Amino acid sequence: MQTLRRLTALTLKEFLTIIKDPKSRFVVIGPPIIQFIVFSYAATFDLENVRYAVFDECRSVLSRSFLADVEGTGRFRLTGYLNHAGQVKETIDNEKSRLVIHIGPQFEENLRSGRAAEIQVIADGRSPNVAMIAIGYLGTIVENFNNALWDQGLVRDRGTGLALVERAWFNENLSSRWFIVSALGGVISTVVVVILTSLSVAREREFGTFDQLLVAPFSPVEILAGKSIPGIVFGMLDALIFAAGAVLWFHIPFRGTVTALMVSLLCFIITIVGIGLLVSSLSTTMQQGLLGAFLFLMPAITLSGFATPVENMPMWLQRANMLNPVRHIITALRRIFLEGADLTVVWPQIWPLLIMAGVTLPLAAWLFRRRSV
Amino acid sequence: MNRFFMRLFGVLRKETLQILRDPSSIILALVMPLVLLIIFGYGVSLDAEHIPMVLVNQDNGSMSRELAARFAGSPNFKITTAESISQAQTLVLAHKAEGIILIQNNFTSIANGAAGGSGTGQRAPVQLIINGTDANRARLIEGYMKTIGGKWISVRVARGQTAAAPPVSISQRIWFNEAAISRYFLIPGLITLIMTLIGILLTALVIAREWERGTMEAMLVTPLRKIDILLGKTLPYYFLGMFGMGLSVVVGTTLFGVPFRGSVWVLVGLSSLFMLTCLGFGLFLSAAIRIQFVAAQTSIMAGYLPAFFLSGLIFDLESTPKFIQFVSYLFPARYFVTIAHTLFAAGDVWPVLLPNALVLAFMALLFLGLAFGKISKRLE
Repeated sequence: MQTLRRLTALTLKEFLTIIKDPKSRFVVIGPPIIQFIVFSYAATFDLENVRYAVFDECRSVLSRSFLADVEGTGRFRLTGYLNHAGQVKETIDNEKSRLVIHIGPQFEENLRSGRAAEIQVIADGRSPNVAMIAIGYLGTIVENFNNALWDQGLVRDRGTGLALVERAWFNENLSSRWFIVSALGGVISTVVVVILTSLSVAREREFGTFDQLLVAPFSPVEILAGKSIPGIVFGMLDALIFAAGAVLWFHIPFRGTVTALMVSLLCFIITIVGIGLLVSSLSTTMQQGLLGAFLFLMPAITLSGFATPVENMPMWLQRANMLNPVRHIITALRRIFLEGADLTVVWPQIWPLLIMAGVTLPLAAWLFRRRSV
Repeated sequence: MNRFFMRLFGVLRKETLQILRDPSSIILALVMPLVLLIIFGYGVSLDAEHIPMVLVNQDNGSMSRELAARFAGSPNFKITTAESISQAQTLVLAHKAEGIILIQNNFTSIANGAAGGSGTGQRAPVQLIINGTDANRARLIEGYMKTIGGKWISVRVARGQTAAAPPVSISQRIWFNEAAISRYFLIPGLITLIMTLIGILLTALVIAREWERGTMEAMLVTPLRKIDILLGKTLPYYFLGMFGMGLSVVVGTTLFGVPFRGSVWVLVGLSSLFMLTCLGFGLFLSAAIRIQFVAAQTSIMAGYLPAFFLSGLIFDLESTPKFIQFVSYLFPARYFVTIAHTLFAAGDVWPVLLPNALVLAFMALLFLGLAFGKISKRLE
């Protein structure tokens, strides 16, 4: 009973430090939501409006028909026609266009006389990923163009090829927004929660109020609980708002179970609260707390698989990455949202989180007393 | 004039000592760039290798076996074979493989029809069934399959086993980065992120800290003027940040072999503009907010996260909706990411560098001016 009373008092105090100041109150709820919306739109690997220039030396029916196909996809935006080869370098170097489509003077003649014709594509390699994806789109256009030539009987042979039939599970239209937005909430709540908790003990140390807390009749476990609860509450609140936003605003399918979502989010938030408090109990000033938080956040988010696949990393890094809680929640969120996972399916992501929480939280509590200025 | 230097020297000494006494700032400037570069250099890649795939070959002809061998031999894939499609599906659902390559049982007969020289143009069916969760990766896998298929055809054409190659084909040139290595693109962008961190994160706390600890009052009773305080808070962090930048460039070009085609003085000049913008922004936040906790949160929300998402560092800005592009113009990071990409990959291309540099110069003046205005020599 005593414990409960003390715990309530402490938790209330921790909430008040955040809520009583209008600026603090705002920063834990307002900006995260704005960011969720802005970044959901910003983070995409699908290309739109790829600026391109045309250097058509053939100026024939067939070359125009090919260029019309390019324009017809809606993914490209024409910046202009080039008249001589020297302009290619200028338009790419100055970033006026990201692609130049060059059709040689013999294009139509070659095709009509049954020879192979080539279309040259010059891309700006300053963004190699954009270049590769755009060339991929053009490849598909060329393939369709070849088939059309053959259908119209303009060429005698369309060449042997593979008829690649593609079917994608879970994300039928291959929308990268589904991939990003389903996991973005995890990333933003990580940032909010880790910063919140990593500053909490450090602030009291800097102001000297932590000593008062230590001499008050609280056990380390009670201090730990009191310091954890606001982080868990705000973290869960943010994460659930993001999950709802993903479904209602961005129409990301939610195919899994709500239980799986709640349990994995809760386990994850507890884990990162543990990490934040650990950082905080090692720090004596808020600056140290903030920098410590960043030393954790930067690698954890970068290597989480949120933006670039974990599978592309070297093996040693993939193994080390098993210790990264953000990686587990990102995987779990995508499986729950897109693949329809239930609790048993995401269990492999949950148990590592529980182990990490089991280490960091007690360690933080132990450090509360050990490390004093 | 002499007095000005005396005051400046005094405040610089104070700020430098403060940095040197708290190891965390030094860690941020020296250790963080190295840690981040190694993580980005090794860990962040958009180039996939050894993608686990299941191959189901329902056709038993020599042609399909030849194609299957090509898939298995590709460094992009790590192929396991399955007897049946349902067995393959189980593997994909268990995340043991990312997709299924299915060679249908009529593959040889259709392909042979085409190879007969009649020019019928039949296309041999191959199916790709893929876990599309990561859409970008799924497209990449599709691209790899097409490339492998294309090579297989061209070998058969060369051996005279198959009719002609397709009528129109693409020959691609990717300038500045012929092999499309994503690291060459990511590391210059990362330098922007490192500079943002040092510039905004460190300075966001330095004035708020003085207010919270009450030491600002001590500063106010000294003969220091506003400009001395501003310079004293800017210069030490400027050198710290530029040092972090230099370290990142050296490690990036030597350890990871990222080509640097611009000139060093242009890099130093333009990154100084960016550094000053970040410092001005951080100091402005700090002076305006005066509470470390809120200043810290704001610096991350308005500094670090936009530098990651709204700068073109990983995600292409031009593919985003118009209003996102508009918002991105408000943050300095996008201008410097453009500068860094051009300086590293293409060289001193002034038509690209100059407009971005002018915006940064304007922003640096604006934020430093705002910070100057917000440092008040009075208690509320």
